[in-house]
Amino acid sequence: MTSLDKTGAADTLAGRPRRARARAGVPLPLLLPALLGLAFLVLPLVALLIRAPWRSLPEQLTSTEVWQALQLSLVCATSATALSLVVGVPLAWLLARADFPGRGLVRALVTLPLVLPPVVGGVALLLALGRNGVVGRWLDSWFGITLPFTTAGVILAETFVAMPFLVISVEGTLRAADRRYEEAAQTLGASRFTAFRRVTLPLIAPGIAAGAVLAWARALGEFGATITFAGNFPGRTQTMPLAVYLALQNDPAAAIALSLVLLAVSVAVLAGLRDRWVTAS
Amino acid sequence: MSDDHPMTDTAPAAPDPAPAPAPGNAGTNAPAAARPGAPADAGLDARLIVDRGSFRLDIELTAAPGDVVALLGPNGAGKTTALRALAGLVPLTGGRLRLDGTDLDRLPPEARPVGVVFQDYLLFPHLTALDNVAFGPRCRGAGKAEARAEAAAWLDRMGLADHAGAKPRHLSGGQAQRVALARALATHPRLLLLDEPLAALDARTRLEVRARLRRHLAAFEAVAVLVTHDPLDAMVLADRLVVVEHGRIVQEGTPADIARHPRTDYIAQLVGLNLYRGRADGHTVRLDSGPEITTSEELTGPVFVAFPPGAVTLHRDRPTGSSARNLWRCAIEGLEIHGDQIRADLTGELPLAADLTTAAAAELDLHPGAPVWATVKATQTHAYPA
Repeated sequence: MTSLDKTGAADTLAGRPRRARARAGVPLPLLLPALLGLAFLVLPLVALLIRAPWRSLPEQLTSTEVWQALQLSLVCATSATALSLVVGVPLAWLLARADFPGRGLVRALVTLPLVLPPVVGGVALLLALGRNGVVGRWLDSWFGITLPFTTAGVILAETFVAMPFLVISVEGTLRAADRRYEEAAQTLGASRFTAFRRVTLPLIAPGIAAGAVLAWARALGEFGATITFAGNFPGRTQTMPLAVYLALQNDPAAAIALSLVLLAVSVAVLAGLRDRWVTAS
Repeated sequence: MSDDHPMTDTAPAAPDPAPAPAPGNAGTNAPAAARPGAPADAGLDARLIVDRGSFRLDIELTAAPGDVVALLGPNGAGKTTALRALAGLVPLTGGRLRLDGTDLDRLPPEARPVGVVFQDYLLFPHLTALDNVAFGPRCRGAGKAEARAEAAAWLDRMGLADHAGAKPRHLSGGQAQRVALARALATHPRLLLLDEPLAALDARTRLEVRARLRRHLAAFEAVAVLVTHDPLDAMVLADRLVVVEHGRIVQEGTPADIARHPRTDYIAQLVGLNLYRGRADGHTVRLDSGPEITTSEELTGPVFVAFPPGAVTLHRDRPTGSSARNLWRCAIEGLEIHGDQIRADLTGELPLAADLTTAAAAELDLHPGAPVWATVKATQTHAYPA
C-alpha cells in the first residue's frame, strides 16, 4: 500500500510542471465551473463505489434474482439492438440517400423517441400494441399474439427507445461517406442494392457498430417504457434497471450491487467503443 | 399543361424510334462509317445536353472504335459533367447517346457497357486490388473463382501481379491508377471514360504512368474518352482533342491541328502561342484591339493571327534598319523561367509573350516595368480565317 502511495506521489510531482503550463492557458472563470461539472459527474459514481457492500457482493451477485435480471437484460438489449439494425439501417439509408417529399418530417418522427419521456413511449406502445390497442387488437384476435407484459414486449419497448440512436448515428455516417464509391460500383455493373451491400455497408461498418453499441447501452438501461408496456415480472420482464429500482425499496445493498454490475457493463461498453474507433481509424 | 411542362423541349426527339435504330438512318450520322471493316453504327454518337441551374452543357461527341478522344478545357467548362452523362451518373436533359447503335440514354449506369476510371480512382478501400478488379465481373454474373481469375490476369497485364493482395492504401499513386484502369477494363466496356487520369500523380510518376497509359489506350479496341485540363496529357494520350469552354465545344481536331490553329485565348495559352483576332486586308491584319500585324498570308475578312513566343525579338532601343515590319512599343510585365529560356510577359500596344535566352535577357537588362521594343518577322506569323 505504501509503495503504491509513493508512486502516486511521484506521479503528481512529475506531472506538476505540465499541469501548471496547461492551466496557464485556461481562464479561471472557465476552469472552476469545468472542474465543478466534472466533480458533479464523477462524485455519484465514486459514492457508489464507496458504499458498495464489497464483502457481501459475491453472495448478492450470485442470487437467482440478479442472474435472472442480468440474463433477461442482456437478451432483451441484444435482441432490441438486432431488431434496430434490421430496420434501422435501411431507415437511415432512406433518410440519407433517397429523395422523397416529407423527408424532414420523417426524420423528425424518427428522432422524436429520443426526446420523448420513455413513460409516454410506454403508454403509446400500450395504445398501439396493447390487447385493445389499435394494432394489438388484431394481433390478438387473428394470430393470438399478445405483446404487453411479455419478454417480447420488453424487446419492443427497448427497441422503440433505442433505435433512434442507431438511425441518427448511421445516417450521419452515411452522409459523411463518399457517395462516389457507390457511383463507381454502379459503373462496374452493381445495382443500387448491390452497391449498398458490397461497398457502402463495409465502408460504414464502424459507424454502424458505434450506433449499435449506443443503442445497446440505451436499451440496457431502459426503464420507463419497459415498466409501462411490459410490467415488472421477475424472470419475464424484470430487467436490471427495474430490479435495481425494486431492490432499492426493500434491500438497498442489493440495489447497489446491481448498480455496480450495470456500471461495469457501461465502462466495458465505453472501452469497447473506444477500441473499435481506434482500430477503425 | 404543355406550356410549363419541361419535357416539351425534348419532345421532338422522342418520336425518333428509340428501339432498333433504322439502318439507313444510323449510317448517315455515325462517323464510324469512315473506318473500314467496322459496322456502320459502331462507336459513339452523342449529343450531350445537360442543364444544371444556369449552366448548360451542349456538346456533340462522335468517335469510332479505337479512337481516343480528349475533352480538354479549363476547370468548370463542363468536361466532367459530360463524362458523368456518358456514364449515366447525370441524366441528359436532351440530345442523344448511342453506342454501337444502341441507345444508352434510358439505361441506368449499371446496365451501360461503360467503364470509368475516376479522378482519384475510387478504389474500394476495404477490398484488395484483386477484389477491386474482380468486382465488375462479379456484378456482371461471373462466379467468384472465375472473376478472380480474370482479375488476376488483368493485374498481371498491368504488371501488378505482386500487388494483387494489397489494399488500396498500400498502393502508390501509379499502382492505384493501374488498378483503377484494370478494374474499368475488366468489364469489357465498349466505352472507356477517364476523368483526369493523371491529375492525382506527382510530376515524376506522371511521366511514366502517362507513357504506360498511352500504350494501354492505344491497344484498347473500343472508344476511349478522357477528360483533362492538361494539354500535354491530352496531346500525348489522344488522337483527337475536343476543346470545351463554358459548356460548348470551341474547337476540335488533331493535336497538331489545334496547336497550329488555336481559336481561343485559352487554347493559344495552352499550346503556347500568341493569338489575336482581327480583320485581314491583304497582308495586313488590323486587330480588334487596334494595332496592325503584317503577315505572310494574303487574306481578307475576319482572321486569327498566331505566332510562337520564340518568334518575338526584344530591343531596348527602337531598332533602326530592322527588316521586321511588325514593331510594337511594350513594357515588361513579368518574367518566368522555362528551362533555359525566359518567357517574358509584355503589355503595351500589343500584349504578347516572348521567349528569349537567359543571356539575352541579361544583356538587355530586363526587369518588370522595363520599356522594350518587340519585333516579329512577317514570315513567322501565321494567319488563318476565323
